[in-house]
Amino acid sequence: MHADRHGKQVIEPGRNTKHYWREIWRNRELLYFLTWRDILVRYKQTAIGVTWVLLRPALTMAVFIAFRNLAGIKQGAVPEPILVCAAVLPWQFFSSALTESSGSLIANSNLISKVYFPRLLIPWASVATAFIDFLVTLALLGVLLVWYDAVPGWRLLMLPLFMGIAFALSLGTGVWLAALNVEYRDFRYVVPFIVQLGLFISPVAFTTASVPTQWRPFFVLNPMVGIIDGFQWAIFGSAAFVEARSVGVAVGVTALLFLFGVRYFRRMERTFADVI
Amino acid sequence: MSEPIISIQGLGKRYRIRRFQEGHQYVALRDVLAAKLASPVRWWRGNGHHPFEHNEYFWALKDVDIDVFEGDVLGIIGRNGAGKSTLLKILSGITDPTEGRVVLDGRVASLLEVGTGFHPELTGRENIFLNGAILGMTRSEIARKFDEIVAFAEVEKFLDTPVKRFSSGMSVRLAFAVAAHLEPEILIIDEVLAVGDAEFQKKCLGKMRAVASTDGRTVLFVSHNIHAIQTLCTKAVLLTAGRIQAEGPTGSVIGQYIAQDDSSTGERTWSMDEAPGDGNARLTAVRVRSNRQISGVASNRSPVLVELDFVANTSHPGLCVGFDLMNAEGITVLRTYQTDQAPDRWPPVSIGHNRWQCVIPSGFLNGGTYYVCPRISIHNVNWIVQLDSVLAFEMLLDHGASPLWNSLSARNRPGLTAPILQWTCVQHEPASAPFELNEAAPRKKRFA
Repeated sequence: MHADRHGKQVIEPGRNTKHYWREIWRNRELLYFLTWRDILVRYKQTAIGVTWVLLRPALTMAVFIAFRNLAGIKQGAVPEPILVCAAVLPWQFFSSALTESSGSLIANSNLISKVYFPRLLIPWASVATAFIDFLVTLALLGVLLVWYDAVPGWRLLMLPLFMGIAFALSLGTGVWLAALNVEYRDFRYVVPFIVQLGLFISPVAFTTASVPTQWRPFFVLNPMVGIIDGFQWAIFGSAAFVEARSVGVAVGVTALLFLFGVRYFRRMERTFADVI
Repeated sequence: MSEPIISIQGLGKRYRIRRFQEGHQYVALRDVLAAKLASPVRWWRGNGHHPFEHNEYFWALKDVDIDVFEGDVLGIIGRNGAGKSTLLKILSGITDPTEGRVVLDGRVASLLEVGTGFHPELTGRENIFLNGAILGMTRSEIARKFDEIVAFAEVEKFLDTPVKRFSSGMSVRLAFAVAAHLEPEILIIDEVLAVGDAEFQKKCLGKMRAVASTDGRTVLFVSHNIHAIQTLCTKAVLLTAGRIQAEGPTGSVIGQYIAQDDSSTGERTWSMDEAPGDGNARLTAVRVRSNRQISGVASNRSPVLVELDFVANTSHPGLCVGFDLMNAEGITVLRTYQTDQAPDRWPPVSIGHNRWQCVIPSGFLNGGTYYVCPRISIHNVNWIVQLDSVLAFEMLLDHGASPLWNSLSARNRPGLTAPILQWTCVQHEPASAPFELNEAAPRKKRFA
């Protein structure tokens, strides 16, 4: 559906996509409401409520620190908890954003078959919800920085950039998987697998520096490598290991995934209501 | 004549019915990938079909042309599967048409299901905002109308209670209240009146009439409730198998809709997989019996038995089974449920097949054609079956026991029913002599 110059809407086969982004802009309040709903709903009827947002990464961190101690992985210069925290937070954002957004269309199938609004808002709201959790958990990092008396330098200003890449990566992958999920429920099993496997090939439990040099070119193909390394770099600067190559790959892969993800989504969304 | 506010031209919607070969009950990614890898070029172009299936196409809508003008209240009627909902889905942008085009000259809001987007965990207040936003209202618009919505829904006390703790009636009221306060130029409504109690239905109808007549907005209205269509709509369209069968003033279109059913056999049955209903109950047959024989023609000299076969999957105490009897003018002559009687007289609902009969006493109905509209519901919760005129029967008026009757039998009695009622004398004072009329007084005067 689109509005032409005279304010008339024309409905034709093969929806006109000229005003696609304008329509999304017009519905920005709905994006807000959907995000707001997801946040409100998540911790209703829970005993400790929002504490869960902090508890999950805190516990994950504890496990990883224990693991790294056992395995004898030590970076040295940087206090271990901060290093792990800077890796766990972006990873958890990505994994929960991907899980939530890929299932979001199915979870909202009653909306899709009964009301029209730009469908992209649904997975988008899921990613935004995870992003808000992410922002809250950054407080954890702040507390650790204060505790260890570590002062980040000017590079901290680059942090939003890496957060932006992480957001775009989650959104691009999320909308793609969400659209695929509508037609092939197989992706319900694929997504947890991606998330599980992704953890092993991302520098969360270990650092990129500990990956043998001959494997690095393959290792950095994972866009989360660039994002997590970049994150650590923004926080402790030169003490962290980061390669321009991995950041470049992260940006490139994210751009491609976003482009193809949204393209696929737009192609499929016309039939969502019929297929879901 | 001015330009139409909705112009529908040659609209068609085709669905693909997927039929899989044995052993392939659903689309598995494996099969799709295998087929796509086999023909990568087609895959890239994105027009590959699913393997292992024979596609059959089905036109849910075909060649539909309708012009709707500002202020019109257009009713859309038709049997289940006639394409009504598909039409509304296309108009509200939920699904794309396969061919044709629609030009809408104004903002559209559609209400295809009451309470779409309600979240049970959220409070009434939160749901008003969420639901309003989903239906296309801005935050400031909702805030401005908030009090009005709450007052209409009569839920002031429960605003901060999660909707999951609302009674079903309350949540329906709240949902309708939000939707009723939308301010689009074009309002599309599907079956909203299928829920809620009678009083609230009346309120909804009143509100919808106000939307149409006072505010001059254009309304498209789909309902199985012929009475609602008749009272609300100025014009109507009858859809049959995806095509327009009749179009025009509401009365005449409803007449054609009713006449559409020529099932004069006195019986209508459904196979289990076609049987209307849901997981709780399904209606499998409706019959009319006169003198115990299944017949499309009945005389009111003997009782008429309306027989309903249904499969029950629940023994919910609120299960109501009944029917409306509608006459040829589309007026509901009566509605009856087994639960109208005292509870100890209700026939027990047993899980499995049930065959119930309702006795319409002899000497009650007027002559003419009647339509049985079966209704099964869980009382105050939801409708399970709500069908229009699935079965017609011809009633012959026959007050046979009366010696005076034959002279009048050519015509039906005035009135919706023609009951033979009881007459008794309750007071009698014998007069000494027959009273005499005063011949001098002109008769006219006595009635003046």
